[in-house]
Amino acid sequence: MKIISCIKPVPDPASRLVINETKTWIKDQDLTFVASEADNYALEEALRLKEKHGGEVVVISMGGEEAARVLRSGLAMGADRAIHLFDEKFKGADEFAAAEALAEAIRKDGGADLILTGVQSDDLGTGMTGVMLAEFLGIGHATVVVGVEANPDAKTLRAKRELEGGMNETVELPVPALLTIQFGINQPRYASLKGIMAAKKKEMKVLAAADLGLADHQVGRAGAMYEVKEVLIPERKSRVEILTGTPEEAAAKLVEKLRKEAKVL
Amino acid sequence: MQTELHESLRKGVRELCARFPDPYWRELDAQRAYPTAFVKTLTEAGYLAALIPEEYGGAGLHITEAAIILEEINRAGCNSGACHAQMYIMGTLLRHGNVEQKRRYLPKIANGELRLQAFGVSEPTTGSDTTQLKTMAVRKGDKYVVNGQKVWISRAEHSDLMLMIARTTPVEQVKKRSEGLSVLLVDMREAVGHGIAIRPIRTMMNHATTELFIDDLEVPVENLIGEEGKGFKYLLDGLNAERILIAAECIGDGRWFVERATRYAKERVVFGRPIGQNQGIQFPIAKAHVHVESADLMRIRAAELFDNGQPCGPEANMAKLLAADASWEAANMAVQTFGGFGFAEEYDVERKFRETRLYQVAPVSTNLILSFIAEHVLGLPRSY
Repeated sequence: MKIISCIKPVPDPASRLVINETKTWIKDQDLTFVASEADNYALEEALRLKEKHGGEVVVISMGGEEAARVLRSGLAMGADRAIHLFDEKFKGADEFAAAEALAEAIRKDGGADLILTGVQSDDLGTGMTGVMLAEFLGIGHATVVVGVEANPDAKTLRAKRELEGGMNETVELPVPALLTIQFGINQPRYASLKGIMAAKKKEMKVLAAADLGLADHQVGRAGAMYEVKEVLIPERKSRVEILTGTPEEAAAKLVEKLRKEAKVL
Repeated sequence: MQTELHESLRKGVRELCARFPDPYWRELDAQRAYPTAFVKTLTEAGYLAALIPEEYGGAGLHITEAAIILEEINRAGCNSGACHAQMYIMGTLLRHGNVEQKRRYLPKIANGELRLQAFGVSEPTTGSDTTQLKTMAVRKGDKYVVNGQKVWISRAEHSDLMLMIARTTPVEQVKKRSEGLSVLLVDMREAVGHGIAIRPIRTMMNHATTELFIDDLEVPVENLIGEEGKGFKYLLDGLNAERILIAAECIGDGRWFVERATRYAKERVVFGRPIGQNQGIQFPIAKAHVHVESADLMRIRAAELFDNGQPCGPEANMAKLLAADASWEAANMAVQTFGGFGFAEEYDVERKFRETRLYQVAPVSTNLILSFIAEHVLGLPRSY
């Protein structure tokens, strides 16, 4: 089974984030980047499936040095090789442009039986890249996956999805397929010292836009379907209201407000 | 490339340590219990085999990397003291053992099958004056018969093998008192109850230290490490590595204290503002930070010299002194910053405070480092 696990580098959650001068993103020059948390669950799931069924796990990421960094971590965790989409032209990509570039890279790598992504990223959190990637590749997908069972002989897999209201559903898909992995599906492993040492010898293929056969208007900001107009911190509002009357009357008013205005009862 | 490796090591160790959060250590501390699960996990992940050459199943890394591993353990709130010796005691075996000994033991030390993390040096009556030690090993045929007593032998109960230094030639028969000492490898699995009795010593922190009573212990001659009578020299040449590694642990502790104190000082609001807004609180934190970071530079320098095979005695000793002082200062600062909560077990500051205090005394006392610098670096008369 060939499994490709997609990793997005995001600012370390412990960082202090400051909005940039143009108010279109945060100042990210000096930040430390780590793999988006859900992508760690996806990679762990990929490694477990490989341990069970054999094959290889390839990690892929797009970006500058921060992408190389998360790919190295992936290799240290146990992925077999890495693909780094590295080109100035990729900058400013939205989910659509990122998915198209990832799709071309995966196609160029000979496709995969299974592609895993995190359910959503820690920064933008739209949860769209995985789904779009499946569309670009013309394969089936399942989202918010909390359990995976592969049947490589039958070329199918079963994915347990999380629904609203505390329910799950199990779906069966033909492979190749793409799954977006929910937080908490497993406990991601840490890199062993052997893993870290072995990672130094593993292949990291670097691909630019031209290697993917993508034209300038298809990648990065030019290939994006939307543009970020402003990044802002929501205004905080607080309202104080003193409820008058006897304690019984005030309590009744409070319950009424909690029920109708705050809608918490 | 090196920075990438260092970054991966830090990240790997940090993620492993995250599985052993504060309550794990707090609980062990209350029971004075050994962190078996932590040490097992660290060993299985290969981190304690960092210094063992690849041909013997280790990672073949250098002191710089080993120091980073121990630093990160302590920085995460865990305690390297429980297992750091598994990393470096084998150095004596590696440098002075014969091929047969190395082939027999190193691969198993690398994979954790054998724990070599005790070194029997100190004795009740000799302290730091090692050449005066009284434990005697008398050769009888193909065995040494050992009698004596050792104290402050850490992790003896959690070691399958122990290195021990004993006098093989009586002091009156040698030219210099540093001669006539030998290093023996003791198989604790056989020795305990058959020549060695272990008495655990309960201390102010959770550190598995013991006293050993050695009574007609038989050690096969093949377990002699290196040449007979050269043990003191072997002991000395492992010290710089130990100094650098312990310095790194102190740096880790220091950073832990500074990070915890900073966070607390930001969150704790008294008199209507975070206490960290008061210079009386923020200056000691800033000062501790400055001292930890400057000690770190000396530790990096010492490690660099060591890894390039250059003499590093002064730097290794200075790094140990600076780092131990910086971590102790940071510990005091953290207790002060946390106020009453600094004394409460559930804040973990008091535990780390007790743990880092050790490094003012062990594995070498601050005074002995100053004596070394005064005598060997500054050329002042020997003071002891």
